[in-house]
Amino acid sequence: MMSDLRDMFFEECDDLLEVLSTGLEELQNETSDAETINSMFRSVHSIKGGAGAFGLDRLIKFAHAFENVLDDLRSNKLEVDGTITALMFSGFDHLNDLVDAARDDNDLPESDGAAVLAELKQTTQNANGLSGDEEEDANEVDSDDFVVQAMDFGLDLGGDDDTPADLPGLPSLGGDAVEGAMLFVVTFKAEPVLYTRGHDPALLFRALGEMGDLSIEADREAVAPLESLKDAPAAISWTLTLRPDDGIDESAIREIFEFVEGQCVLQISEVAAETPAGEAPTTEAECEAPEPAPVAEAAPAAAPTKAKSKDKSPPAKAPKAEKQEAKGGDGGKKSSEPRNSTIRVDLNRVDRLINLVGELVISEAMLRQSMNELPVSANSAVSEAIGQLKTLSGVLQESVMAIRAQPVRGLFQRMSRIVRESSRQAGKTSRLVMVGEATEVDKTVTERLVEPLTHMIRNSVDHGLEKPEDRVAAGKPEMGTIKLEAAHRSGRVVISLSDDGAGVNRPKVRQKAEEKGLIRPEDDLTDSDIDNLLFRAGFSTADEISQLSGRGVGMDVVRSEIQALGGRINLQSEPNKGTTITISLPLTLAVMEGMLIEVAGESLVVPTVALRETLQPGQANIHDFCDGDRGLSVNDSMLPIVDLGEALGFRPPLPDFSNQSLLLIEGESGRRSALAVDGIVEQREVVIKGLEHNYQSIPGIAAATILGNGKIALIVDTDQMIPSPGNGNTGLLKGSDMAEVNSYV
Amino acid sequence: MSEQATQEQTDERIEIVSFAIGEQAFCLDIGHVLEIRGWTSTTTLPHAPDYVVGMMNLRGAVLPVIDLSMRLGLGKTIPESRHVIIIAHIDEKSVGFLVDAVSNIITVNTDEIKATPEVSSSRTAAFIRGVYTLDDTIVRAIDVHQIMPQEAMSAA
Repeated sequence: MMSDLRDMFFEECDDLLEVLSTGLEELQNETSDAETINSMFRSVHSIKGGAGAFGLDRLIKFAHAFENVLDDLRSNKLEVDGTITALMFSGFDHLNDLVDAARDDNDLPESDGAAVLAELKQTTQNANGLSGDEEEDANEVDSDDFVVQAMDFGLDLGGDDDTPADLPGLPSLGGDAVEGAMLFVVTFKAEPVLYTRGHDPALLFRALGEMGDLSIEADREAVAPLESLKDAPAAISWTLTLRPDDGIDESAIREIFEFVEGQCVLQISEVAAETPAGEAPTTEAECEAPEPAPVAEAAPAAAPTKAKSKDKSPPAKAPKAEKQEAKGGDGGKKSSEPRNSTIRVDLNRVDRLINLVGELVISEAMLRQSMNELPVSANSAVSEAIGQLKTLSGVLQESVMAIRAQPVRGLFQRMSRIVRESSRQAGKTSRLVMVGEATEVDKTVTERLVEPLTHMIRNSVDHGLEKPEDRVAAGKPEMGTIKLEAAHRSGRVVISLSDDGAGVNRPKVRQKAEEKGLIRPEDDLTDSDIDNLLFRAGFSTADEISQLSGRGVGMDVVRSEIQALGGRINLQSEPNKGTTITISLPLTLAVMEGMLIEVAGESLVVPTVALRETLQPGQANIHDFCDGDRGLSVNDSMLPIVDLGEALGFRPPLPDFSNQSLLLIEGESGRRSALAVDGIVEQREVVIKGLEHNYQSIPGIAAATILGNGKIALIVDTDQMIPSPGNGNTGLLKGSDMAEVNSYV
Repeated sequence: MSEQATQEQTDERIEIVSFAIGEQAFCLDIGHVLEIRGWTSTTTLPHAPDYVVGMMNLRGAVLPVIDLSMRLGLGKTIPESRHVIIIAHIDEKSVGFLVDAVSNIITVNTDEIKATPEVSSSRTAAFIRGVYTLDDTIVRAIDVHQIMPQEAMSAA
């Protein structure tokens, strides 16, 4: 049980660190607002809280120091500047390390992060004018704070409840109080009869909470000790302070308590809000009120005559009890801001579900096919039902697949750390710009991208960016920029990493490749060919082997990992402008829309995303060129025609295309070509089945699918069917050449 | 080949599935065999080695079918309904082996295996890791790891 909680804590830590990281990015890019710091504070605070529950002292200590700096920032004692941001980035990295170490039960060396910790503490002290010995016991602070988090009412308290009660001289809570507004102070003491009639103060308070910002103080003075509690009268009284929303007046408040009139002692008074200090003790008292087991302790006190303890536990605590139950008692680490409610599910379960749904879709298609083969007189109700089944299974499949999709944000944020660290080690300054972090990708894909991306980023920093002095000499800003971008394009995810460095040094690459015997001196290579030599095994151009990269296991490993994911990698470089590496990945191992076609007696599927237009035989305006090349004129432009049957080696080239249907396809690069096929059957949804799992990747083929009749149809990789300009070959032929080259190196 | 060395050191009884290709008898360790099926049609793969017949659908899984006869240099099989596909799981991959017929399941002692004769064919050396003599038949033990399609390489 404890280990479950622990796992849950660490999973939440990941989320919280992500929030923190997002905040840091915002600070760095100066897109932050007041809420940025608040949410960062809450994250660190929640980590601290959880760490307290598991006795992770080092983590607590560090999170505490970190939190204090954030607290000073949000109370404007500190200004966000470059130094602070850098400090917080280091702090964030160390916090990450501490969480990782705690997760793996490792101990980081004592010296790790000591400097950062000292600096954080120093920053707080400077900001508050305190000396070091006012440093309080982080542990103690923690247990208070962390309970407060859990008993939050789900009302927007503006983060005030988080304020550690331990920082003397802090302008407590006044920060966002509206000056001059009125507050209602309600004191409420229930008579026993209120409970016996089944009323629940918690419900009343919640209704009150909907009228504005509410803080609640419970007075437990009169509560008898547990052992003498029997049949005691209801003893708790409450002071509720409401900062009302517009249009809320005293009568509205009275209305809430209308039903319990005569069953309680109620006083409502209106006070001016100029005295935030008056609010402070309220919150403070709230901090102290809950104990680890509030239900057990308090319920009998409040509701001596009733058996159902939960309903009648004192209102200030009831929500906590509910929340704890709802969340399986996860230690109350939830941040106070409203979040999308989520559950955590073992990935294997999701995958099993996805596979089953995939099978369902196939069976459904088989059923539909057999129905079509029946005489037309077959019951129309059946075909209607089958139509519904098709719709439902489609929706079901879509929903199931969506479970696995995750934004790449987390992945990108991990990379931001790699940029910082590699820059530090390489003695360069650089920043990471992220674009399209919200792009959703299958979780497996994001996970397996971590290593290749890490490597690519190190390479960019190490080899791509120039040394600061060289950059200045070249008229560039001293700080290098590395851009990580994600987007959905043609049914694939395209992730590109660009730097504004010197670009690939082609003469040097060529020379190196010749030295290593990867190419011959007489080989005629285009610029792009040379650039892509970097992906060949055993290639490294760094003059000196650096700590970061350049051990010869480099981009070739990256490439094979990307290919293993069914992806493609491509490098483009411009001297003195920089280098861009583009990875294009399948969205998922899922489903897609495809056009079923026939070529040389085989059924094949062309992804609909790449499809622009179809032309029936005779419609096309075909022109012959040299070497049997043919072009299709479409809207004043000429597209190359690729004979699919020939390209896949199913048959010799056709003498003429007059009986062929043409599919106009457009690739990721935006280039187009026309595929000549024997016939177009229909558009349909297909379940993608990878070929690599049991076999290997096949040039020209992206994957396979199973048709309604149980037969396998191959899915055409349209990008490989588009000839490269000037190259003369289709991408496909180039691909197979590459594959061959690959197997020999 | 290395398999042969390690196999010889252990003296244990294993079960083998023996099958026929033409006039010759071959066998696989039963541990690799998932099931045996009749011939079903496959989907031709472009640019595939000649011994890869195509891809088959095994209850939703897509796996390659290898013409063992072709792979072993015994000539191309023209598959018909009397042919059999042995579904095997090797090196984390599922694969179908197209053979003429499955003959028997036999228990043998691993030390009964004899070395492959030192013939000139590199294919024999690579794909046959040894032979069992059962009654008066010679049963050739297939080296399953070698027999799998190698990435982007042709049979010769």
